[in-house]
Amino acid sequence: MRMTGAQMVCESLLREGVEVVFGIPGGAILPLYQTMPQYPQIRHILVRHEESAAMAADAYFRASGKLSVAMATSGPGATNLVTGLACAMMDSSAFVAITGQVSRAAIGKDAFQETDTTGVTLPVTKHNYLVMRAGDIPRVMMEAFYIARTGRPGPVLVDIPKDVFIEQDEFEYPESVDLPGYKPTLHGHPTQIRKAARLIKESQRPVILAGHGVTLSQAFQELKELAEKAQIPVITTLLGVSSFPGNHILNLGMPGMHGVAWSSLAIDRADLLISLGARFDDRVTGRVSAFAPRAKVVHVDVDPAVIGMNVKTHVPIVGDLRRVLRSLNREVEAATHTEWLAEIEQLRRDHPSLHIRDTGNLTQQYVIRKLWELTEGKALVVTGVGQHQMWAAQHYQFLNPNSFITSGGLGAMGFEVPAAMGAKVARPDALVWSIAGDGGFQMTMAELATMAEHKLSVKFALMDNRFLGMVRQWQDLFYKRAFYATEYTRSPDFVKLADAFGILGLRVTERSQVAEAIQEAMAYDGPALVDFVVDPEENVYPMIPPGESTHELIEAPKEAKGVPATRRRDILPPEGDF
Amino acid sequence: MKHTLVALVQDKPGVLNRIAAMFRRRGFNIASLAVGQSEQPGLSRMTFVVDGDSTIVEQVTKQMYKLIDVIRVSDLSTEETVSRELALIKVRATAQTRSEIMQLVDIFRAGIVDVSPDSLVIEVTGDEDKITSLTKLLKPFGIRELMRTGRVAMTRGGAGGQERGRGNGATPSKETEA
Ligand SMILES: Cc1ncc(C[n+]2csc(CCOP(=O)(O)OP(=O)(O)O)c2C)c(N)n1
Repeated sequence: MRMTGAQMVCESLLREGVEVVFGIPGGAILPLYQTMPQYPQIRHILVRHEESAAMAADAYFRASGKLSVAMATSGPGATNLVTGLACAMMDSSAFVAITGQVSRAAIGKDAFQETDTTGVTLPVTKHNYLVMRAGDIPRVMMEAFYIARTGRPGPVLVDIPKDVFIEQDEFEYPESVDLPGYKPTLHGHPTQIRKAARLIKESQRPVILAGHGVTLSQAFQELKELAEKAQIPVITTLLGVSSFPGNHILNLGMPGMHGVAWSSLAIDRADLLISLGARFDDRVTGRVSAFAPRAKVVHVDVDPAVIGMNVKTHVPIVGDLRRVLRSLNREVEAATHTEWLAEIEQLRRDHPSLHIRDTGNLTQQYVIRKLWELTEGKALVVTGVGQHQMWAAQHYQFLNPNSFITSGGLGAMGFEVPAAMGAKVARPDALVWSIAGDGGFQMTMAELATMAEHKLSVKFALMDNRFLGMVRQWQDLFYKRAFYATEYTRSPDFVKLADAFGILGLRVTERSQVAEAIQEAMAYDGPALVDFVVDPEENVYPMIPPGESTHELIEAPKEAKGVPATRRRDILPPEGDF
Repeated sequence: MKHTLVALVQDKPGVLNRIAAMFRRRGFNIASLAVGQSEQPGLSRMTFVVDGDSTIVEQVTKQMYKLIDVIRVSDLSTEETVSRELALIKVRATAQTRSEIMQLVDIFRAGIVDVSPDSLVIEVTGDEDKITSLTKLLKPFGIRELMRTGRVAMTRGGAGGQERGRGNGATPSKETEA
């Protein structure tokens, strides 16, 4: 069938099952936008900034496993996508970005709003395309979606000059992709899997390190089966936090820079470390030479390049984690590690990493614990980057698989707002709580308008400490409390701001008000924001200083200013198994 | 140690840029790079000489495979290979020195491709050592310009070179399925 390039893009989106586009139009992409009304099946969400389009599309994929599109015009529209692309790229999340480009004849002439978009985005995309003929659009679109979702997922960008949208050609959607240079390995090699099973059998002190790969390959059941069958404790990375039930007896929680001490120490003492879809980020390993010094390493990942990149591996297994685990679970023999578990239990007792100091003040940890209680651990939690993010990972005990969405690898502030929006679009029935930093929130808060417009009922727990908290913490600990450029001396009135955006706004300054405000926000039919005015003096512990090892782990503040040690106690009694 | 890698890649705009960008970003050192058409239409062959130990070469290979346009990467370092480089050397030559230079050219089985009143252009092919030796010997005469292509390499006999696994350890090298 003969049609325009713009129609071909839309036809391709239908064939790829795209339901949502997040975007902002502009000159170069206008021919596509003006064609979209012919395709009402595709829902367009007009965001307030292209970075939000990318981050919303990223979170949409994380929440649902489905691909959506971030659309932007040439030049500034395209460059605004960059942070969102980099964020998705680092965390193996995926979407397809479609950008308008200046007309073919103007390319290379420094035309108005011309940017070398494929050049700029090359290192932050899994692959990208500049389409110079309308006839290429169907093939390129099919390849883009295929590359984005298969293997190790990643964002793919398609840049299309304005006149290519207008050009007419024959539309024929290919049956399948033909990419001789792209063939992800999915089945783990049987010999390697048998080797891993043998190491598991021989080990006395095994630990599993579960990363984002568990969620990406939907291997929750398989992970649980392995852990239970061979009785192996599970340590979860930041992106793996909700890949194993938070209340499971074998769940140790997060290791590393702000992980719980017993997880880091268990890795330190382990004789076998089984990494499942994790890539040994430096926030996990600390100083690599001192990481898991006694352990043999089994590393399963769909991306061969991350195996052996940071940590020496004894048994590499390349493949889709779920498939590999299914095969591995058949090979692995049932076992018990009673002594090892008892040793870890002792570590837990010796290191009260999750105890909260009772300063009498309203703290983020307290709010997060309350939020966890009141949502019964079942909310879909999205965060920004900083102290609140770490506390969310530490203190919220996730009971549902894939219920924690956060910018791990890039650590992009501002994620908390658009990502919560994207997650809500993907899972409209989920209770989405965004635990937001007042810094990150102010980067992308314009999307409150988008959420009000589309009745996206996201709930915001704004951790209003009037500081760039995590940076302040580093100034506090490593720069002799020289606080510079981290304080907001005049933040907006967030309750009035909520009101201006047409959403519910509440303010909480005392602990006694926390529960009620959370409940009121949840009961409200629509987006809501609770401004928790929290103590800026709190720091995240434990902490392993950057570049150090578990030996340098700081368990708790030496003696917090003005708070006598006798007043320290748990706010909440130890709950369940955790 | 220097490793010779040969990659079969799609002949598309931007491929060289993708590879170069990857090398730069990952901090890998390319000692030389030569690109040209292959026997298969639409595909180019690139010879890289990479400086580094085997872990680095393994990372380079894996990162190359991650590029969608890279079809195959072979490591020729461990194989029986022939490798050649071509150089053009413009050297100052006077009536007095010309015959001496021409003798050197003969010894190295090089050729003279341009003659002018005060210079010669010499074409020499061989392995890097040979070219380096000739260059050294010509230096006292005054080298005005030197241009080396970088190494191109191929296995001897029937084999097409040891394909480096896409994966780590024993993984099946080809698979298709979403
Ligand atoms: C876009 C971006 N800019 C800067 C940083 C560096 N940074 C890391 S954490 C942080 C402070 C975050 O403050 P806030 O959002 O208020 O969260 P808090 O740490 O106070 O919980 C900063 C500035 C970053 N991660 N991302």
